Amino acid sequence: MLKFIVRRLVQLIPILIGLSILVFVWIRALPGGPADALLGERATPAKVAQVRHLYGLDRPLYRQYISYLDRTVHLDFGQSISTQRSVSNEIRRRFPATIELSLAAMVFAVGIGIPLGVLAAKRYLAWFDHVSMAGSLLGISVPVFFLAFLLKYIFAVKLHWLPSIGRLDATRVTSHPTGFYVLDAIVTGDGGAFVDAVRHLILPAVALGTIPLAIVARITRASVLEVLNEDYVRSARAKGMTSRTVDRRHVLRNAMLPVTTIVGLQSGLLLSGAVLTEIVFSWGGMGSFLEQAVFARDFPVLQGGILFLAIVFVVVNLLVDLTYGFLDPRIRVT
Amino acid sequence: MSLAEAEAFEISIEATDDTGGRWSEAWQRLRRNPSAVVGAGLVLVFVLVAVFASTLAPDSPNAADLSHLRPGYIPGPSAHHLLGLDQQGRDELSRILYGARYSLLIGVVSLSIGASAGVLIGAVAGAVGGWVDNVLMRLMDIMLSIPGLLFAIGVAALLGRNLQSVMIAIAVVNVPIFARLLRSSMLGQRDSDYALAARSVGVKRWRIAVQHLLPNALAPVIVQGTLALATAIIDAAGLAFLGLGSADPGTPEWGRMLAETQSFLQSSVQLALFPGLAIVLSVLGFNLFGDALREALDPKLRR
Amino acid sequence: MTKTVPRLVAALAVLGLISAACGSSSKKTAANGTSTTAAPAGKAGGTLVFGTSSDPISMDGILISDGESIRVITQIFETLVTTKPGGTDIVPSLAKSWQSSPDGLAWTFNLQQSVNFQDGTPFNAAAVCFNFNRWFNFKGVLQSSSLSYYWSTVFGGFAHTENTNDVPADSLYKSCDAKDTNTAVINLTKPSSAFLAGLANPAFAMSSPDALTKYHADDVTGTGDAPKFNGTFGSQHPIGTGPFMLDTFTPNNQLVMKRYDGYWGKKAILDRLIFKPIADGPARRQALESGEIQGYDLVNPADVSALSGAGFQILNRPAFNVGYVGFNQAKPPLDNPKIRQAIAYALNRSALVKAKYPANAVVAKEFMPPSLFGYSSDVTQYNYDPAKAKQLIADSGVANPTIEFWYPTNVSRPYMPDPSSNFQAFKADLEAVGFKIVPKSAPWSPDYVHSVDAGSAQMYLLGWTGDYGDPDDFVGVFFRTKQKAWGFDNAAIFSALDAARTETDQQKRIADYQAANKLIMDFLPGVPYVHTQPNLALTKKVQGLVPSPVGPANEGFSTVSVG
Repeated sequence: MLKFIVRRLVQLIPILIGLSILVFVWIRALPGGPADALLGERATPAKVAQVRHLYGLDRPLYRQYISYLDRTVHLDFGQSISTQRSVSNEIRRRFPATIELSLAAMVFAVGIGIPLGVLAAKRYLAWFDHVSMAGSLLGISVPVFFLAFLLKYIFAVKLHWLPSIGRLDATRVTSHPTGFYVLDAIVTGDGGAFVDAVRHLILPAVALGTIPLAIVARITRASVLEVLNEDYVRSARAKGMTSRTVDRRHVLRNAMLPVTTIVGLQSGLLLSGAVLTEIVFSWGGMGSFLEQAVFARDFPVLQGGILFLAIVFVVVNLLVDLTYGFLDPRIRVT
Repeated sequence: MSLAEAEAFEISIEATDDTGGRWSEAWQRLRRNPSAVVGAGLVLVFVLVAVFASTLAPDSPNAADLSHLRPGYIPGPSAHHLLGLDQQGRDELSRILYGARYSLLIGVVSLSIGASAGVLIGAVAGAVGGWVDNVLMRLMDIMLSIPGLLFAIGVAALLGRNLQSVMIAIAVVNVPIFARLLRSSMLGQRDSDYALAARSVGVKRWRIAVQHLLPNALAPVIVQGTLALATAIIDAAGLAFLGLGSADPGTPEWGRMLAETQSFLQSSVQLALFPGLAIVLSVLGFNLFGDALREALDPKLRR
Repeated sequence: MTKTVPRLVAALAVLGLISAACGSSSKKTAANGTSTTAAPAGKAGGTLVFGTSSDPISMDGILISDGESIRVITQIFETLVTTKPGGTDIVPSLAKSWQSSPDGLAWTFNLQQSVNFQDGTPFNAAAVCFNFNRWFNFKGVLQSSSLSYYWSTVFGGFAHTENTNDVPADSLYKSCDAKDTNTAVINLTKPSSAFLAGLANPAFAMSSPDALTKYHADDVTGTGDAPKFNGTFGSQHPIGTGPFMLDTFTPNNQLVMKRYDGYWGKKAILDRLIFKPIADGPARRQALESGEIQGYDLVNPADVSALSGAGFQILNRPAFNVGYVGFNQAKPPLDNPKIRQAIAYALNRSALVKAKYPANAVVAKEFMPPSLFGYSSDVTQYNYDPAKAKQLIADSGVANPTIEFWYPTNVSRPYMPDPSSNFQAFKADLEAVGFKIVPKSAPWSPDYVHSVDAGSAQMYLLGWTGDYGDPDDFVGVFFRTKQKAWGFDNAAIFSALDAARTETDQQKRIADYQAANKLIMDFLPGVPYVHTQPNLALTKKVQGLVPSPVGPANEGFSTVSVG
């Protein structure tokens, strides 16, 4: 197992280096170079030279890359052009919000998607199967921000059941030791804040979790179907095992392997979708941060934010791989 | 990950040599599948609307008449304007119809670029193998390590506000997906009897690749392409929602129309609903059809 | 200000909507001891949560020029003089009275006595001079016009103006003498009439010298466009004399102020005042409706009727702005007067104003609001007439005129709540008479304002909210000198406005400005199209907020109660 972990970690290195080069090249691919982009319409030769010097752009490329790598390793992504705040500090402050939302969406997706998929597989080709699979295709076809709009319009604007924006009521004063508001409320034992945080979390999490839910349901169904056809399941049945025991011992366990991988891949969808969902619900996470950066052409923020999320994505998939290897010893050998 | 990407994971269409029989059998299976028929119908309607928008639309998508509007009031559907007016006093129906054109254009162009580049890279990697394969595939891994839409945001933000940059951004995101798909599909066939036989009689490697491996690898590419079109439409809408898209704010692009109605959501929810539904229906069409196509072409399900 | 204003402002705008920044003053009400507000005295205590469009950039007044920073500074700090609540007249604040020497060079301010800063240190003449000398002696990046915008606007240069910065070399300010504890004398290098009105701007807030030093207010590095505030005065320790003091500031979450019980004037009614940044306009409205906030600024005109129908209060600020389509005459064919006129006749301004602006908005005839002296009601008018526009194009000799038309993204201004909407309406109007329009857009901050100011935009949407009640703050700002944004050189207009500005006889001044306005509208450097009354929305229980023509700069919350 240890060897497996080490090998996976080693495999990660070229990916991370490649990623850093890609992002490094990206900002330098801007028309006129990064200094022009930073200055926009204000670019005068004198100012460009000043900014080039300030950001070290007048040094040889390889030295720029080394110092960029050095800063990135220390999680220093520079400073936002529009707010003048440190990008790393902003990420540190906003990241918990995005993670909290993504985790809630994932809980929603997995909590409903897996049972739905299993049930659909067991009722293969019955109406439940057809309806849930058609429903999941529909779910996949809805743009996340449109769904967010609809949920907000129906449940917040029209029915007033749930709050429409933010992570907590504006007037609530509470401390945030972790930045995860639900967790904060538990840690500080603040029941009111807990209810408040959860209420704010519901709509965005459902909006963000719907597409992953649909995909998880489909993959679960497909893998359960596959496992049900495997010889060992058939023979277990033939040996007279009860259907429930077969399900538990063989079907679910084996069917969960591909589902695990999909859940890992979903983290990319969640991070992307979170950008759009957060905007609709004024959720102060990475999404609104990047949106503002897009509008302001705030390249240090885009660079730092995208690189950071990509690293998170890679690490999550590494963890999923490791889990996978843990669950299925065969993987470790290959 | 989108459905397309998920399916790429799910798709594991095995190569067979009976190319002709496979397609005709798939056609039979498709015809019998109701979801394929519904999907194909939606796609057909979408394509027809896109092509004949100028004939079908009762009005120009840009002809504006502000005189019926008041702050906080936008006329809804009426006999004169079936879907009502938009926030600039333009005919909403005409704009929805013209919007299909932009969706199709962005989808087809970005996909053609992305799929061609991906197929080329995948084919080269699969055919040449060795260090070339290694380098190309690591490069694709790196590209895949950035979540799709974020990658597209980065590319589009870099290229500026216009339709071309959206197309390129979506194309770039699709490249590694197709490259991987094609390569794995080719690798699956490399050791097939046909390939081995051809190699033993001295047929050149690239020739085997072009004449045999590539045509057989096309099935998954077509399935993937259908599903990726759906994703492209959603991603383009997402980019437009973020303000990345055509420089002309009057462009009747569904994603932008939806984004621009944010501030009218409470008073005129129909303006968010119509473009939203248009996106959902066209995306659903490609998803249904692509999914059915996958099932039809999947030999595993033929048992 | 607003239009020209700087990247910082603009930066903010990106976050959503920004208010009319603008200058003028700070607190009022208690200004001369007697409240001029008609605000009913509400029940003491309570908390008000007010929705803003973004966080303040800094609470150090001299370093900012954006509306959201000004809104906070106005609660915490005071200036020597201020403007009357709801108006633009100059009234006392920290200075009880003032007089200028006969030559207009020395201004003596008699200060309020026994005023303490919120850190307990005394406010006196020495503190006044400390503040002025701090500003005058700014160095390096602090001199850049994007940081000390109002200083360079009102006073020009610095003790040692560095040529790397985009500010005038000479300074109006000469020195400050603390004659005795409560008498400060400001010496100028030349007489100025704009000086006193300028001092009412929250930029010239009196800060605690102790706190400025202790929290390293001047430790700013980086560039003017991307300054780095290393000290904490402007972010965590803003210490002034105002009725509220900062409690906690959590960026992107909330800014909490509490009543300053040692306030020298009439104390604030509220216990706590919370500014909650909500960048998204619709989200602000929903937060009000759900009860999460009790009021917000930058109300979308489209929401006004629904909100008042639902029982919310809508406050109107007196119209003190102008929205216009600007022409850059350096870019043909806009140098052709017939083309400019054709555009003016082609634009259906009243249709736009009726469809998109609140009922009390009016179509503009000239570049300043009707309430301001010097407004002329008989300038040349260009009422919507597409046939005439077509004829003018034919007469102009320009075949197939093509125009690059610029509009800003991600900004909302009272005079331009939805720029893209205005752009689309005007584009359709212009295309209808035969112009070919090339759409151009840029984010308000930092690019748009700079493109326009640098003269790269051919035709553009812009506007202006006044800082103080003087025509020079409107037409003077636009047309007194040659500017790249307008790209024309018209000696008659320049000299008419220059003469009007220095004129000391008020009646003559009015006549001068009326004449200048006629000249301007004949020449048609752009097409003014709207004056609006920007709105605030409040719940029924909120009482005592006096909307000001200059916006948040003169909207103190000390008189506000929550019932």
